[in-house]
Amino acid sequence: MTHNIKEIDAKGYWRDVVKLTLSLLAIWFIVSYGAGILFRSVLDQVSIGGAPLGFWFAQNGSIYVFVGLIFYYCRAMNRLEKKYGVEA
Amino acid sequence: MDEQFWTYFWVVLTFGTYIGIAIWARAGSTDDFYVAGHDVHPTVNGMATAADWMSAASFLSMAGLIAFMGYGGSVYLMGWTGGYVLLALLLAPFLREFGKFTVPDFVGDRYYSTTARLIAVVCALFVSFTYIAGQMKGVGVAFSGFLGVEFNTGIMVGMAIVFVYAVLGGMKGVTYTQVAQYVVLIFAYTVPAIFISLIVTGNPIPQLGFISNVKGEDISMLGKLNTVVTDLGFLEYTQTDKSMLDVIAITGALMFGTAGLPHVIIRFFTVSSAGAARVSAGWALVFIALLYTTAPAVASLARLNFIDTVNEATYITSDADYDTEAAAIVAEGGKPIPKWFKDWEKIGLLEVTDKNGDGVVQYRAGADNEVTKLDRDIIVTANPSIAGLPAWVIGLVVAGGLAAALSTAAGLLMVISSSVSHDLCRRTFFKGMTDKQELLTARGAAAGAVVLAGIMGMNTSALGFVAQVVAFAFGLAAASLFPVIVLGIFWKRMNREGAIASMLTGLITTFWYIYHFKFVDTDASHWWLGVSPEGIGFVFMFLSLTVGVVVALVTAPPPQDIQDLVEDIRVPGTRTPHGIADAEMLPD
Repeated sequence: MTHNIKEIDAKGYWRDVVKLTLSLLAIWFIVSYGAGILFRSVLDQVSIGGAPLGFWFAQNGSIYVFVGLIFYYCRAMNRLEKKYGVEA
Repeated sequence: MDEQFWTYFWVVLTFGTYIGIAIWARAGSTDDFYVAGHDVHPTVNGMATAADWMSAASFLSMAGLIAFMGYGGSVYLMGWTGGYVLLALLLAPFLREFGKFTVPDFVGDRYYSTTARLIAVVCALFVSFTYIAGQMKGVGVAFSGFLGVEFNTGIMVGMAIVFVYAVLGGMKGVTYTQVAQYVVLIFAYTVPAIFISLIVTGNPIPQLGFISNVKGEDISMLGKLNTVVTDLGFLEYTQTDKSMLDVIAITGALMFGTAGLPHVIIRFFTVSSAGAARVSAGWALVFIALLYTTAPAVASLARLNFIDTVNEATYITSDADYDTEAAAIVAEGGKPIPKWFKDWEKIGLLEVTDKNGDGVVQYRAGADNEVTKLDRDIIVTANPSIAGLPAWVIGLVVAGGLAAALSTAAGLLMVISSSVSHDLCRRTFFKGMTDKQELLTARGAAAGAVVLAGIMGMNTSALGFVAQVVAFAFGLAAASLFPVIVLGIFWKRMNREGAIASMLTGLITTFWYIYHFKFVDTDASHWWLGVSPEGIGFVFMFLSLTVGVVVALVTAPPPQDIQDLVEDIRVPGTRTPHGIADAEMLPD
């Protein structure tokens, strides 16, 4: 906790965090509400293995992407923190 | 009886382990009791969060619900996992950086208002009590159904166990017992799933069996299931009769509700930093996804297997001659009713009525269906016996269900006890309390809450509306808690007036809608825009957000101290105390 807030470009850091958050939430929305609900009937015309794709996204695929999203977020945040000299 | 022996064996063994852990992980201070000393490893906390989150409903009922709802069951799968993305990106790291003990702590300090704190306490208590009664009921059902113990005695045994480790160990004891409970429940869930997947598709991994062909046939498992259920007059498995708007609303209410549930949020106060909270949310979802990606596979595989073995099977009345009669039926080229079917009939989860008197069970949609009672929980509980697994696995499922119920109950107890001892006593009514007095109060509150939850569990079984009121928990968390927390972090201008208006709007509208359409007017055609009470929290969340923003804009901005506080919690490692926000309690 030796950091003085003045040393850090807190505004720039926060702008980047918000940008990152919004782009990841867009993916979050696309795989669940998009692929699993809104555009399901279109995707269902394609199959993954023996499952209609939209149905699969709603029951399995979206969950895999959610896990990936959180870990990607952790890595991207670590990079941001390094870039701005923030200690997490 | 063999199965009975193994069930007792696992239950006694696991309960003994939980108590052992409780004695090892006693809490010595309020820090230990509320947040396990802030030093839980992120992966360990992830596992504890998974057990905390996955309740008796996730373990015993969800696969069954999906099995009979088909695509419609996706709302639970996406809703109860997608919420963790919101939690990781929008809440957990910032609330950890804020550095206090409870959700009402954040609401009360960020909005410099005792009123806001008290409304948050009401929400937290309401959500937690609704939820815990269901867990206690689950414990009672497991004991009475599988161990031949009286329902109320079962609840009392469950209460005694939770009492020991929650009251003694607080969050510290709860955390490490939850880790053990996760191991028990995930093992009990996946082992039968692997076998049912092998039987139906020949693939040992349920997630792959889900998208494979039926063993020895040139048709996909889901394709065959669709044909089989439509032939029997049911809706196609990969379709739903819910409107798209309702599917969106329910998924949303469950997602945002998950992110706003106090017992989930406080788990992230137990790790050491904001960065650890992020990683921990990722691990939590990994451990949850293990069960949640298995559940839809179990649902579809078990439904197909159920129809295959039960429909058009010849019923055998006598128990004593079951084996000889079954052999005779097979010799004639028929299909005898499976032994497990008769076992579950005795427990009361299944019932057949031979309507056309032909001695054969016809299972279909409509009036000539002869399986007159089919409890959906059968999909999980009967799975090991359907798959012909040894008795020790069957006993394990009961221990798994109990682990799921007890771990969730303990997490909820922590919210209830800290709401009383910390938010109501220490922060509101008796500000001069010492740490020691507060710890004593916390233990007392936890003890009182265990007893109250047990009594509620015993009585709600008579009322039978536990499933109905769970809608309250998610709806209220989504509409009343989620908006003020997120605005409190992402919008510096959000003030006391806006927060109070927002929480009250969410609380009152959601409560009213659910109460009205669950208990007063149960006609689904009267729902607004066809949105069910389960999904209405999503709609009112937007109303609550809008009201909060508008009220904040027409009233004075928050004091400078508060704006500085918000800047601090956004940037890890910069948190310093700020006047009115931290006057009563320093961050840690």
